[in-house]
Amino acid sequence: MPTLAHYLIASGILFSIGLAGVILRRSIIIIFMSLEMMLNAANLSLVAFSRHNLVSGHQNFDAQVLVFFIIAVAAAEVAVGLAIIVSLYRARQTTHVEDLDTLKF
Amino acid sequence: MLLAAFWFFATLMILFAAGVVLFRDPVSCAMSLVMSFISLAALFVTLDATFIGIIQVLVYAGAVMVLFLFIIMLLDLREEKQRKLNFAATAGGILVVASFLSMLVRTVLSDPALSKPTPALLGNGVPDVKMIGMTLFHSFALPFEAVGALLLSATVGVVVLSRRSLR
Repeated sequence: MPTLAHYLIASGILFSIGLAGVILRRSIIIIFMSLEMMLNAANLSLVAFSRHNLVSGHQNFDAQVLVFFIIAVAAAEVAVGLAIIVSLYRARQTTHVEDLDTLKF
Repeated sequence: MLLAAFWFFATLMILFAAGVVLFRDPVSCAMSLVMSFISLAALFVTLDATFIGIIQVLVYAGAVMVLFLFIIMLLDLREEKQRKLNFAATAGGILVVASFLSMLVRTVLSDPALSKPTPALLGNGVPDVKMIGMTLFHSFALPFEAVGALLLSATVGVVVLSRRSLR
């Protein structure tokens, strides 16, 4: 049986790959996908904790409800974020972060 | 058996996730992310969270990634041109990620409580959909309503953002 540590390390690796994507990639859409990956890593560790810390013989369903909320909020976030990317593209004809430096110090 | 499934799907998930960062073509990145999410759903199923696994496939691998692909094709994004990499920034990013990961692995492995064998579930017949529904509508009814309001305002926000002229 895989232990909690297995799942936590898998979730940590997924989070690190997402973080690497956010830091290293320059296309705003790929950065956004990497953000989704980091959210999913958090979901994996939540579900792993819910399975390994039982409440009276069942999984801790509070954690699974929290995952449900995270997925709902992430769906809303994706919709708004992609709409912002589309209007940004309309204004600037680019999705490359180095060309979008108006707010840069 | 469960251990083999864990290793198979975890490896698949991490390989496809690495593909998202490494591929240059945005459509390949999106398809790779879809596969990564499906493997993650399988990992949820090995954790006896069937409902969350199904939601993961329906909402993430289905709806969210279709939206991503739709936007990629709408904007007609090509393979991004090879630009000169800022070497210091790249090295710094890899250093940050590697130190984060090594610290996390060391912390997880140093706690013996996290390596205990998985406790067995009591009474295999309880469907998790029912229990999630009970928890959702008993303890989390107000947050549930708040998520409804959030989704509505997100929809309105998207419509406002997509208008031709922003004033």
